[in-house]
Amino acid sequence: MKILVCISVTPDTTSKISFKNNDSEYNGDGVQYILNPYDEWYALVRALEIKEQTGGTVTVIHVGPSTNEAMIRKALAIGADDAVRINLAPINALVTASLIGDYAKDKNYDLILTGKETIDYQTATVGPMIAEILGLPFISFVSRLELEGNLAKCNRDIEGGIELVSVHLPAVISASKGMAEQRIPNMKGIMTAKTKPLQIIEPGMTLDPRTETVQYTLPPAKKGVVMFTADQLDQLVKTLHAKEKLF
Amino acid sequence: MSQNILVVIEAIDGDVKKSALEAISYGAHIAATWSSENCVLIIGQTDKISVLGRCGAQKVIQVSNTISVADSQAWTNCISEVASQHQASIIIMPQNSSSKSIAGRLSIKLNAGCMIGANSLPVIQGNSMTISRSAFAGKATAYLRSNAPVIITLAQGACPIKNDGGDAVVTQVNADSSPSIKVLEVNRITGKTPLPEADLVVSGGRGLKDPSNWGILEELANALDATTACSRPVADAHWRPHYEHVGQTGIAIKPSLYIAIGISGAIQHLAGVNNSKVIVVINKDPEAPFFKAADYGVCADLFDIVPKLTEEIKKIKSK
Repeated sequence: MKILVCISVTPDTTSKISFKNNDSEYNGDGVQYILNPYDEWYALVRALEIKEQTGGTVTVIHVGPSTNEAMIRKALAIGADDAVRINLAPINALVTASLIGDYAKDKNYDLILTGKETIDYQTATVGPMIAEILGLPFISFVSRLELEGNLAKCNRDIEGGIELVSVHLPAVISASKGMAEQRIPNMKGIMTAKTKPLQIIEPGMTLDPRTETVQYTLPPAKKGVVMFTADQLDQLVKTLHAKEKLF
Repeated sequence: MSQNILVVIEAIDGDVKKSALEAISYGAHIAATWSSENCVLIIGQTDKISVLGRCGAQKVIQVSNTISVADSQAWTNCISEVASQHQASIIIMPQNSSSKSIAGRLSIKLNAGCMIGANSLPVIQGNSMTISRSAFAGKATAYLRSNAPVIITLAQGACPIKNDGGDAVVTQVNADSSPSIKVLEVNRITGKTPLPEADLVVSGGRGLKDPSNWGILEELANALDATTACSRPVADAHWRPHYEHVGQTGIAIKPSLYIAIGISGAIQHLAGVNNSKVIVVINKDPEAPFFKAADYGVCADLFDIVPKLTEEIKKIKSK
């Protein structure tokens, strides 16, 4: 089984959010970056489990600058065989997906995995875009993935439930929580990751991102919590009913 | 401008959701600005077509055969064909697990911009459309601009539902499904509003101590006609089903009211509920970080407070 896992890098959940260039760009100065949890914990680990069961290779691919290579090495330390970095500061999902799709189009991957979304912009669009570029089926939000030969059985998270879907590979599948359990890289993994192949590719095309971020704003500060005591629940309910008009 | 709008919605078990009506109304708003036509493609059967007209649908195209949402290729092909027949350059969908599987595909297929999760009406200037959306787990708002053609998906409440539209002309279309995908089974809760669409949410955390204690929380939810949710440790311990888990690795929600009971409010949990309009926190720990993100709080033992709160709500509702 030849598997490609798309990995992205996002600010750590606890990062301070601020902006630069007239508030049109996220300010990453001094921010701790992490591998996007859906990509690392679920998509990558499930790919490794499949490889352990059936053999094959797991390649990780990332669109980003050289400063992200430490994150790519982490994915190699967790167990990926090799890595590809497309050397471009990511602009948006359309550009990222187009570059990955262009790379993958003549490589005959059996399975392409992505996280269900990145935790910063949460658009969930890179996976379906790659699938469309490659003309492959796409199954989203998969919390359980089992292979029977080249048939993938997926539990797909839907609103208030689960859908069981089967798809013939090759396919693109996005991972949600449950597909695998997070793996912490061990010492041997960290040592071997240093010598695993990491190929750097310059983007072979200029792409129109089609959308532009005009501005970011921060939400108004919370007014602060209004506390009620155990004896004032009638007042709390009155506030929610009469003032906030919630029910 | 003579570029038409195509709103894509689905009927689930014959029902058309509020979010679908909001999407139609959103389309009607753009169509009115451009003096163009607001077309609605509906996948799945329903007898509520007249409602779509009232919300501002001028033409309704019904897909007469069943294609699963999991079959994103079939949907994409069907939508792009209908879009080209109707000269639509703006495609609008409510944001849900279906549209999130399709919007990206459509954007490639139609060489269109892709704007996910618009949370208010767009600013329209000629051919360009600026929308606002939540980013960084609700910690910021991003303003995105794109020229038509563009795909826009809508967060809940992005647009008030119109009620002054007329009758829509209904036509039928057939869609080809891909042979490689089969839906084996669908397990969906019935009789309750699914969490992503819920307006009122009552959520429980480890403070409830044991799954057998969920009764008091469910009674509160029933009194409010709210949907129940939970924190990550509760879902991980299988006290509650996975689809109730809100937070960073669960689902992000945007209700009017979020009542958090016995949840400390870790940043990963807040990432899923930051966009709630009003947050009420019940926790006996005065240092619980959730109080900092709350609008209203009660610092007391939840086993004492929650049943009393339920009684107060019943009282005010029976008036």
